[in-house]
Amino acid sequence: MLESQLVMREDDFTRIQTVIERLTRDANAKGIYIVDKAGQLIAEAGEMQGIDSTSLASLTAGCIAATGGLAKIVGEEEFPIHFHQGQRDNLHITLVGERMILVVVFDERSSLGLVRLRVKKAGAELARIFEDVKKKSEADAAASGSPFAEITDDDIDNLFSD
Amino acid sequence: MSFINYSSREINCKIVYYGPGLCGKTTNLQHIYNKTNPDVKGKMISLATETERTLFFDFLPLALGEIRGFKTRFHLYTVPGQVFYDASRKLILKGVDGVVFVADSQIERMEANVESLDNLKVNLLEQGYELEKIPYVVQYNKRDLPNAAPLEEMKRLLNATNVPEFEACATTGKGVFETLKAVAKGVLSDLKKMGS
Ligand SMILES: Nc1nc2c(ncn2[C@@H]2O[C@H](COP(=O)(O)OP(=O)(O)OP(=O)(O)O)[C@@H](O)[C@H]2O)c(=O)[nH]1
Ligand SMILES: [Mg+2]
Repeated sequence: MLESQLVMREDDFTRIQTVIERLTRDANAKGIYIVDKAGQLIAEAGEMQGIDSTSLASLTAGCIAATGGLAKIVGEEEFPIHFHQGQRDNLHITLVGERMILVVVFDERSSLGLVRLRVKKAGAELARIFEDVKKKSEADAAASGSPFAEITDDDIDNLFSD
Repeated sequence: MSFINYSSREINCKIVYYGPGLCGKTTNLQHIYNKTNPDVKGKMISLATETERTLFFDFLPLALGEIRGFKTRFHLYTVPGQVFYDASRKLILKGVDGVVFVADSQIERMEANVESLDNLKVNLLEQGYELEKIPYVVQYNKRDLPNAAPLEEMKRLLNATNVPEFEACATTGKGVFETLKAVAKGVLSDLKKMGS
């Protein structure tokens, strides 16, 4: 879909990474994930290396989609903040801009209050970056066409050669 | 929505398997999962009822290999086919890059097939997508059953626009990878055309 394709340049990715790494420290979080509403993982930070972040992304998007649907039914636009409390770990999920989701995993080293506070600022920052990314994506598509215009049918066939 | 990341050099695409209840969408994904190498696939997630009907979605991430130095990742989803799960189907179509319509070949399911295809078109339109404009293939599943409808009849009812179509038996795997390849190819060709 041309209108919704997202192309992330390296410098924007670095900006995002910088924000979420800082948020990890400021909020004493275990892990931070940015997921788009279609279920793709955009970026991650924190100490939870090796967990299944692909599944985490897909399920987060499903969860947000389902509660978004619930919101409409009861007459809300959206539920912008979600909090899931566990025995050890907790999840704090917020919407960022129009199509991103920010997931913070934290345990007793942090608190809901602290996470809320830090997410507010970082979320606003991230929303601005994603707005930039979106504009650039659109401008690029209009100006230079697809970054994959060079792909040949052979390239595609080769993917399936085995 | 395809997502191209220059930093990690990845392309991510979302493919949705659509079709009436019990047509074999989940079985398609299970076959793909069982037949791919561990280094190619992630975990398959099935949000299902106790009777194994899809409740929300199945999800299977696949890494197909590289194109021009970019890793291509496909995220396969199935929708719940039962009519009353329409709200969930709409949600799963969000950001879709390619669609597989799985039809149940059994003659008594023909009406359900047609209804589901209409439902797909309506739900796509609601998000501003036209089925004719997205990479799309049709699979005629359950060809092994004795009560399978003639192919010609199914084509006429379900593939008016003549998109790539495949006969399949998802339980044995026949036609499953052919279908996946065709839709993946469609999605990548679209990426190539985009903006040009
Ligand atoms: N004979 C035969 N049975 C099949 C075939 N494909 C799937 N089935 C069977 O059909 C039943 C339903 O398959 P599923 O894959 O769960 O169907 P589904 O489309 O995911 O159904 P929902 O989740 O309710 O939408 C299972 O018992 C499968 O084993 C096929 O090609 N031939
Ligand atoms: Mg299913």
